[in-house]
Amino acid sequence: MSTLKRVHGYLAEFDGVADLYHAAEQVRDAGYQRWDVHSPFPIHGMDKAMGNSKSILPKLVFVGGMTGTCVAFTLQTLTQTNFWSSIGLGFIQKLAETYPTVVQAKPTDIFTLPAFFPVMFELTILFSAFTTLFGLLALMGLPRWNHPLFVSKQFAKFSDDGFFVCIEARDPKFSQVGTKALLEKIGGKNIELVEDEL
Amino acid sequence: MSAEAAHIHEQAYKGAPRILDREPLVLNKRSYSWITNRVCGIVENKQPLLWWILFVPSVLLTGLTAFCFAYLISTGVGVWGQKQPVAWAWDITNFVFWIGIGHAGTLISAILFLTRQKWRTSVNRAAEAMTIFAVMCAGLFPAFHVGRVWMVWFLAPIPNANAIWQNFKSPLLWDVFAVSTYFSVSLVFWYLGLVPDLATLRDRCKPGLRKALYGIFALGWRGANRHWSHYETAYMLLAALSTPLVLSVHSVVSFDFATSVVPGWHTTIFPPYFVAGAIFGGFAMVLTLMIPVSKIYGLGDLITPKHIDNMAKIILLTGTIVGYAYSMEFFVAYYSANKFELQTFMLRGLYGPSTWAYYFMFGFNVFAPQLFWYRPFRHNMWVVMFVCMCVNAGMWFERYVIIATTLERHLTPGSWRTYEATWVDKYTFLGTFGLFMMLFLLFLRFLPVIAIGEVKGVLPQSDPHHHDHGQEGIQEEDLMGYPDRHVPREAAAAA
Repeated sequence: MSTLKRVHGYLAEFDGVADLYHAAEQVRDAGYQRWDVHSPFPIHGMDKAMGNSKSILPKLVFVGGMTGTCVAFTLQTLTQTNFWSSIGLGFIQKLAETYPTVVQAKPTDIFTLPAFFPVMFELTILFSAFTTLFGLLALMGLPRWNHPLFVSKQFAKFSDDGFFVCIEARDPKFSQVGTKALLEKIGGKNIELVEDEL
Repeated sequence: MSAEAAHIHEQAYKGAPRILDREPLVLNKRSYSWITNRVCGIVENKQPLLWWILFVPSVLLTGLTAFCFAYLISTGVGVWGQKQPVAWAWDITNFVFWIGIGHAGTLISAILFLTRQKWRTSVNRAAEAMTIFAVMCAGLFPAFHVGRVWMVWFLAPIPNANAIWQNFKSPLLWDVFAVSTYFSVSLVFWYLGLVPDLATLRDRCKPGLRKALYGIFALGWRGANRHWSHYETAYMLLAALSTPLVLSVHSVVSFDFATSVVPGWHTTIFPPYFVAGAIFGGFAMVLTLMIPVSKIYGLGDLITPKHIDNMAKIILLTGTIVGYAYSMEFFVAYYSANKFELQTFMLRGLYGPSTWAYYFMFGFNVFAPQLFWYRPFRHNMWVVMFVCMCVNAGMWFERYVIIATTLERHLTPGSWRTYEATWVDKYTFLGTFGLFMMLFLLFLRFLPVIAIGEVKGVLPQSDPHHHDHGQEGIQEEDLMGYPDRHVPREAAAAA
């Protein structure tokens, strides 16, 4: 029985952080798009060396955080005050079957707002944190347990002290000969053609 | 540099201070794989005998807490020592004590991250774990304090059959939100930090159940820079979110007291005073755990005297802030000319039934840390451990003083009553130490106690421009613009 294989790309190891950094600059300058470096820890300035743009995560988190603020505001005003009726949206309060909670001699209009700040603050943080987590996973495309790179025997070293560059076959500039030559030129070692079983 | 330029430079910086190397964060120039092997080895090898000697009693103590709570539920709330007017006593004291312990973890992981304190990398993982376990212990007490623990879900803002909603104007409900947010965010932060290290453990395991489990939780991490880029952004965002969060949590805890009209509680100093106290107590607990861990598992090159020294300085600083708060409280009670307020403090400190607790608090929290002004004491592990033990105890007494001794002497002398804890109170609290230790020991057994990836990132060879500099291992920013003033550490020691 024969198995079909698909080329994932070339994997090359580098000696250390500085080598990897300079290698990344050269791969970037060679015009490759679909490639990445793999290291045991984040390398300062590597985004610049690779020509990556900034993460859009903060924008997502801002939206998530503001959602939290609004949820907390709505939750509290709806269940404690007659704020929604006072702005002509009383039907929301009717729909939710809530009525003002009259305690502690505090007003039941919008002027109770300062007492709502702690919960608004906490929910802003809570929603932001979960947006950070799930936004991050979405942007990274993780969890993904079956990546072709895990087929490579040497790749496991990345989580200890290995520094790798992987240029994927999906890249329009990829060629079996040219890409390998580039990796050799920039000092790559143990160059390996990573193949994924289909 | 030409001779002329060198002369101009020399004139410009005449009299400038000579600059020493920074103390290395990892001693003995350890390599990446040494760090991986040493930290993963703790998880992969058999645990030392001492681990079992600590683990077995911890499990038994956890059982003691479970038994005490079962006894409380089956018998009734009267088994605790609370009687009017002392409705809050050991339970709330324990709650505030444990939640305070957690604060150091977030301080190390978030605030020290934002302030670029690289030494945090050796201790942040364990401190964050400690935060989570401490918050778990803390959460037990208010849950059972509500009396009918099976009704505790009433705290959650969900519609119920009576169409009654929680009172969102109450600081007690703010507390529910603050503590549950704190727990969730700390857990997310901790887990996110663990992902790259779980991948390390995964890659070292033989195929089997362990590899599968580490693999599942490592999410298929492959150290790609396109991932690191988002990951670092996320880490910074979480740090930026946790920083105001940690300050808010103990502020909200202090609102439980400060927004009441009880003399001795109704003060505006409470939020900063509680936050400083929490960080203070938390750091003492971090050191209490990390010094033995470092000795037992041979992590002395990663948790160096510099780390201990830094933490001792934070204890000294926050302990002194706490001492200032104690004194200022007393002064304000006098200066306010409010006789009830003054009476409360006179009873606390001078002639009340529980003045012993006040003296323990003051001695342990304010005087003991003053030893840390002297450098050799900060470098003697026995002295550090002694002070930390004092602080651990002192911070419990602080909460006891604030809570129980205040309520013992309320506004109306007719209702005064001296509080006495029952055996159930005492054993429940004792048992939570078992729970805390048990969780911490399991953490040591199954997860990397030191953030492997982060420590590797602060090694000198991890700087991509390391070899571009003339001086080995010295980064430009460390020389503060005086590159020619640099003196290697060895040379300075010889001179």
